[in-house]
Amino acid sequence: MDLVEPIVELYRRMSSDLPEDVERALHAARDREDPSSPAREALDTILQNVRLARQMRRPLCQDTGIPVFYVTRPLAMSEREIREAIFEATREATRAGILRANAVDSLTGKNSGDNVGVGLPIIHIREHDAEVAPADKSLAAQESPTLPPLGGEGQGLPASLYAVASAKEGEGAQRKEKALAVQGAVVIEAMLKGGGCENVGLRYRLPDPSLAASRDLEGVRRCVLAAVHAAQGRACPPYVVGVAVGGARDSTAVLAKRQLFRRLDDVSPVSPLADLEARLLDESNLLGIGPAGLGGNTTVLAVKIAAEHRHPASFFVEVSFGCWAMRRAGAVIAGTRHE
Amino acid sequence: MNEVTLNVPLSEETVRRLAVGDRVLVSGEIVTARDRAHRFLVEEATPGSLPFKLSGGVIYHAGPLARRRADGSWEVLACGPTTSSRMNIYTPTLIKNFGVRAVIGKGGMDAETLAAFASAGAVYLSAVGGAAQVLAAAVRSVKLAFRLEDFGGPEAMWVFNVRDFPAVVTMDSRGHSLHDDLERASGRHLATLLDKSNTF
Repeated sequence: MDLVEPIVELYRRMSSDLPEDVERALHAARDREDPSSPAREALDTILQNVRLARQMRRPLCQDTGIPVFYVTRPLAMSEREIREAIFEATREATRAGILRANAVDSLTGKNSGDNVGVGLPIIHIREHDAEVAPADKSLAAQESPTLPPLGGEGQGLPASLYAVASAKEGEGAQRKEKALAVQGAVVIEAMLKGGGCENVGLRYRLPDPSLAASRDLEGVRRCVLAAVHAAQGRACPPYVVGVAVGGARDSTAVLAKRQLFRRLDDVSPVSPLADLEARLLDESNLLGIGPAGLGGNTTVLAVKIAAEHRHPASFFVEVSFGCWAMRRAGAVIAGTRHE
Repeated sequence: MNEVTLNVPLSEETVRRLAVGDRVLVSGEIVTARDRAHRFLVEEATPGSLPFKLSGGVIYHAGPLARRRADGSWEVLACGPTTSSRMNIYTPTLIKNFGVRAVIGKGGMDAETLAAFASAGAVYLSAVGGAAQVLAAAVRSVKLAFRLEDFGGPEAMWVFNVRDFPAVVTMDSRGHSLHDDLERASGRHLATLLDKSNTF
């Protein structure tokens, strides 16, 4: 079973095309800007760039970022096999000009030249999991964002399929059947995360007196608005903002970035978070930073929030930014069950 | 708002006429430089030691994605701007010692850089971040990839010949910065949103 070729193709798709929900949101943003404003011109340039990249099958942005993978594997396939396939595909995609060489040795400054290095690409692997304990269901739903639609090439995964954990009994035999088929496949979600937007991410430790932010959703709201303001136009707005609330530094950082995998029209299954997401989207756009940071009505395309349990002493708000070139894609590589 | 054609090398007079909001189309030679190259220029290089001229020149904050053709020439596959604020600490020296007249990047630069622009006669031009295909289309040829081996592809100094490279003046040589305006205005909006009467 060859995983390398489909992963190279996934890289090509991510690098040169945007998910349709992101492109649609950019069009809508363009229409909200005043004619002949710098904001409208910037979005016209962005949309022209999206078309050109797709036509020429070339990278949307020269910063092809750091690849982040979430892989769900069948029981019979080893993690090592998947990791090695990702490494090989990454090297091949770099040779083919799909990816810029972005892995730099932090001590010597030497570029590895192939995007593979200590800790890179970022790879999370888990086993297919049909059963999730009821107490974990709300968290599981947040941790497993629905996949973006893939479009064409027979690798599309209906968004509903990924939500195996939350599939209710009797919600459709067809869906269940598909879910089982997926369990024999390798399911990949991937993202190219640019360095500019990575740099403007922020973490807050509540309570934060400077923001009058205490340990509640109002405190979270204040942190997110402050973070968008602090980012200004430095990291290619309009942004997608991922937020995680919790009590461990490592897991909140991962969970906040994980939110960037969610479709822009996805709504948190946790209703107070859904309300806060909607409110923060509106309020962020009142800041007026605008597309490309030139002023305007759209600074943020979406805000996605998740929360996990925390230690009594700790309350972190982690804010992760995605640039407008929100390059994520998914693939279901069927027939990978080793039987 | 004007639309201005800029032919490199740029004179001080040309640059001093530019104002925030002007749309520009840059043609001629521009040189990419980001973190590593800035440190090199300020700490190690002198104008005479470089195989290209920066006097009246244009620095582009960018790390292109390029591929060598069979005949040895370079094809630029993608080339948009990187975040300029990382280059804040080096840029005043670069302008003073090398005579750079324009910096192209994204996100704007700090007050010290704005003051250096005013005193020497230089401007900051914003290109649309992420628009790597639109901007690569303005690159007509690659003259040189300087220090490619030791700096690596993104950090090397790429000397491009460009035609009608599109950008907007967002920091001029009269002390005006659109980025400062927006930071202040958005700060006022933030204060309103964080007002106690407005809680979730």
